[in-house]
Amino acid sequence: MSAPSNSIKGRAFGDRMLLALVILLSIIMIAPVLWVIGLSLKENAELMANPNSVFHAPYTLKNYINTIGTSSVFRWVLNSIIVSGGLTLGTLILSSLAGYGFARLNFPGRNILFVIVLFGLAVPEQAVLVARHQIFSMLKFHNTYHGLILPGLSASFGVFLMTQYFRAIPKELDEAAMLDNASRFKIFWKVLLPLTVPAQATLGIFTFLGAWNDYFWPLISATKKDMFTLTVGMASTQTNFAQSEGIGFLMAQAVFAGAPILIIYLFFQKYIVTAVSGAAVR
Amino acid sequence: MADQMTIRETAAPAVGVRVPSANIYAPQWRNFVFVAPFLFFFTTLLILPLFWGMWLSVHKADTFSTGRFVGLDNYVRLVHDKVFLQSVWNTFYFVLLTVPALALIGLFLALCLNRRTRTAAVLRTLFFSSSVLSVTIVTLIWRIVYIPNVGLLSTIYGWFGATAPAFISDPSLAMIGIAIATIWWCIGLPMMLFLSALQQIPQDIYEAAALDNANRWQTLRSITLPSIKRTFILVIIIQIVLQFQLFGQAWLMTRGGPNNLTKPIVLYIYDTAFRRWDLGMGAAASEMLFVLILIAAMAQYLVTRNKGDQA
Repeated sequence: MSAPSNSIKGRAFGDRMLLALVILLSIIMIAPVLWVIGLSLKENAELMANPNSVFHAPYTLKNYINTIGTSSVFRWVLNSIIVSGGLTLGTLILSSLAGYGFARLNFPGRNILFVIVLFGLAVPEQAVLVARHQIFSMLKFHNTYHGLILPGLSASFGVFLMTQYFRAIPKELDEAAMLDNASRFKIFWKVLLPLTVPAQATLGIFTFLGAWNDYFWPLISATKKDMFTLTVGMASTQTNFAQSEGIGFLMAQAVFAGAPILIIYLFFQKYIVTAVSGAAVR
Repeated sequence: MADQMTIRETAAPAVGVRVPSANIYAPQWRNFVFVAPFLFFFTTLLILPLFWGMWLSVHKADTFSTGRFVGLDNYVRLVHDKVFLQSVWNTFYFVLLTVPALALIGLFLALCLNRRTRTAAVLRTLFFSSSVLSVTIVTLIWRIVYIPNVGLLSTIYGWFGATAPAFISDPSLAMIGIAIATIWWCIGLPMMLFLSALQQIPQDIYEAAALDNANRWQTLRSITLPSIKRTFILVIIIQIVLQFQLFGQAWLMTRGGPNNLTKPIVLYIYDTAFRRWDLGMGAAASEMLFVLILIAAMAQYLVTRNKGDQA
């Protein structure tokens, strides 16, 4: 009888060790963020004198007021909304049409075209960046909204996702509608599209998040301060880390930029996790 | 199936229009209209730049002039460029630092948090939350962790009267500093992939194991781990592809320094093509990165395809 009780004891000890490790990892996840929030609430001079002053009053909202009042943050947020929103809308339209086309309709060369589109999934952005930048220079697309939106419209992932989703819908639905003499577009629009709302939500959130966080393309395409997206704009202010308005100011900017996306994440967590893991596995 | 066949056969004559089901799915050019808009953007913004880039890589080109043909000269210059070779080494080193850690920590978290309690759900949310932040915010957060004087690390070390390691300026620690920030940023995805794999293991296997008095270690070793072997390989490959493209963290935290020791391939491409405006050489470097990533992507394709075969 001693063996089972031993193993239960061992199990409890093991559980505690695992719990301790998970808690330690959680602290590592949270502590840097709390530190940033703490610093954002402090006067710069006080921080420089003693970093431990984070742990006690006085706290101030001055850094946030400066962020909202003096920097171009609002302009950058607006740019990010336009670019991410435009790209999301465009991706949903193009992917839904193409997904329906590839899943349901037949046309000459369909299978080979679909394979080529799938191949697009394997092409990393860096392989086309240099040439794309030169083409956009010739077309004078840099420092414009369409210059920031267009490259994302060539991504295959949405088409792949929507094709899979349309294929999973029973064909009998189309055939029933066809007997009622509905046109191809009407079937797509009235019968099938309403059924794809979950996939639209997943793809939409994934695209929006990706565009919002994109750094490389906006960095090389939007070189004028007025056309910066939030990601690039924030990066441009952190280059002069020490000299600028102070650590607290930078931290307030980080909180200002990060909080909305974290709140959106908390609301749409299920879709975001599905989208990100789905995109990775393909 | 037989029912549906008869319904269709009886319904078609009743409407008076013959809809031969074989012809509905026959190839028709007008069906192309649905895929044409996407294919237009796909061709002009992905396929064209892909070949344009290959063409650029054999030319001496800057932003506005298309340049002159130099053959493989750009590639020859690349493999003799110490900075490029350093950047290739740096990238591999970074992949080696991050990918095994991401896979193992991700697996550990998934094993611990694969339960239906509220605490586990909250912790899953927590560990994935950093993944939704942009690279700018992540680097800002971690620079403020590492920075001397007001940094989190130096404050904690200060409590014990010690000096914190200089994760950004010390040549031997800089890449490790970037790797830690990256693991913090990216841990959500491997954890979620492992969780969904764990949830697909049939519960009755565990019940059978419990009846056989298998202890937890035995269950883990002979049921759980073998069942998620393919996911493990998949996570490794996905992370290799992702981490190969390191750019933002290195650019924003260290600018590739000290002494180019944290300069990855993508940062080399950025420097060459968009700061020195040597587009030909930048294109050549990006072709080399492309080949490296393509090899990993092919491996991923083979792994996922096998999954389909077995299912």
